Amino acid sequence: MQAVQLAELLAQSPPGVAEAVEVVAGFDAALAGGLARLGPRHTEAVNALAAAVGASPLGTALADASAKVAGGAIGVPEMTALAGARAALLGAAHDALLARLDGALGRSRAVWEERPAEGEPVPANLLAAARSWLRELAIAGWLGVDEGLASAAEQAVEALWGEPRLRRLAVLLDGMAAELRVSSPVATMDRVPERRWADLWTRAVLLSHSGGWTGGTATVSGRLLPLGVDVHEHGTAVQAQLHAVLEPADGDGPVRLVRVAVSAAKVDTIVGPEVWKLLSAYPTLLAALAEHRSVNVAGMRLTAGGDLLWDEERAEAGEPADPFATARVRLPDAEAPAVAPLDRHPVHIAEPVLVEGYKVKREGTFDLGGQILAVDLDRLPPGGPLTERLVTASTACIGLLRWDAGRWSLQPLAVQSAVKKQPVAAHNGDWALGPTDPKVVKAQVRSGDPVAVLTERAGRLLRK
Amino acid sequence: MTSGDAGWEERSAVRVVPPLRPRKLAKVPFVELAEGRLQGVVSSGSDIARVYVSSIAAGTHNFSCSTNNNRPCAGAGGSRHCKHLKALIDEAVRQYGFDRVARYLKVDASEGDDLHFLLKGRLEKAPAAMVFSRFLRHLTYLQVPAVSEPLPEMHWFPAWKAVA
Repeated sequence: MQAVQLAELLAQSPPGVAEAVEVVAGFDAALAGGLARLGPRHTEAVNALAAAVGASPLGTALADASAKVAGGAIGVPEMTALAGARAALLGAAHDALLARLDGALGRSRAVWEERPAEGEPVPANLLAAARSWLRELAIAGWLGVDEGLASAAEQAVEALWGEPRLRRLAVLLDGMAAELRVSSPVATMDRVPERRWADLWTRAVLLSHSGGWTGGTATVSGRLLPLGVDVHEHGTAVQAQLHAVLEPADGDGPVRLVRVAVSAAKVDTIVGPEVWKLLSAYPTLLAALAEHRSVNVAGMRLTAGGDLLWDEERAEAGEPADPFATARVRLPDAEAPAVAPLDRHPVHIAEPVLVEGYKVKREGTFDLGGQILAVDLDRLPPGGPLTERLVTASTACIGLLRWDAGRWSLQPLAVQSAVKKQPVAAHNGDWALGPTDPKVVKAQVRSGDPVAVLTERAGRLLRK
Repeated sequence: MTSGDAGWEERSAVRVVPPLRPRKLAKVPFVELAEGRLQGVVSSGSDIARVYVSSIAAGTHNFSCSTNNNRPCAGAGGSRHCKHLKALIDEAVRQYGFDRVARYLKVDASEGDDLHFLLKGRLEKAPAAMVFSRFLRHLTYLQVPAVSEPLPEMHWFPAWKAVA
């Protein structure tokens, strides 16, 4: 990324984004207090949300819903309409922000193709149980949440985990319930994460209507060149998401950006480098991360949203491939994928870029030709070697451009720096096959092997 | 850029659950602050197939310890903690930090105080089966197969940097 591109990105916010977010913020405050007893200010905020989508196909449903909610009645249809309107507004904000980013980077992006979804309908009772909890939350508001209400979803969540097609909803509700539980009673919190919890609630309401939204796939073959891995984690789930360039075999379309996500269930006592052990079902992928290798894929499924559905049977380790070389040579011309309709939310903006030639400022930002790029130094996974110190000593960085609360920032995935004039690199995925830092290995030995201990306990106790 | 920044309430991706510290799980495989208790499962020192369920109630600090088959632990009685309860308290402090445990149990204490000394409850039988079944449920997470379908919602849950 060049200074001039960064300048274009950081120039004033695209028109309409601030206004859309303001309407969302009004609704979020109403939701925090509970939708069952809206005061005049919050009634007005709900009406503003309805008005904002008034001219869209959602208009009639929202007019209905806002009238009912103002009268104190909040059922599943009302809750769903409000979630839909909130998602639509943030979807529009997402589109404007992503268009700005694509324009600044000169990145071309595929057009969304609706492909028929695969698979059978999901069990309706599981979805209904989720909706029922989400409705109770909407009625009580965050400020009315106590440990009892936060824990009321436990049975529903347990059942959702048993249904692989509802994994997205299970993982979301489990993460959300854990936050509410640890924050209970929410009314005593110093500050309430209103935007975040309304985001999670909204997405959960939408997922609770149909379960998975991955959509159909096409198959693709070619050479996969890793750029960097983004790690996501809460108490009971971990996901490693690789961003990579795919060079398709002849006739399989343009060179493009793809993602590969693998995830596993976990428990909260499995943290740091230990989480990689839970993904050991994907040895070729983990080796590509740890050893910086390309992977040859043959006939692997690719969604219209750019997610390669990893299949070890269709992957073969290739030659060494330095992610920084890929970022320099292949990334600039790779076509970015379309965004799946449900994923049109600013939190999903995560565009890989290479930044170099910057000066690191004292507060940890990058000064690129006079343009200041914020760097997210909190988002450095403990399962990898990146530290604040490595990032602030770096000379080149592969990262994801993200947007949150009105601000763009760079999430580092890999850095290059010079130590005693020798170039060294550190990547988030370097420890995918186990830590390479002797100090970390030692700490791991000290704390035993939690995955092995719990697996042993599970083997002994769960058989009965 | 830290979570202490202004605008925290307006952000989508912030850390809400305080990080847990890694600890050895062999002796006390399961600890939680839930259902109004500090509760957990402690491995028996002598029999690999046996576990003890120990708990301490918030507020009253009354405690309980028995095997998962409800056989009372001989070491706990009157106002005396057995070694399982002691291990439970130590591991909870390791995992959650002193403040979080003290706050949940409603102990008036500050870092450096001895929790063992401040928890002056009495033996009061609590349901071991419930805690044990929560432990089993905890273990079932490790038996869920990994998947390669993306979970886009995990973008709300970044892996945050470790805390010292």
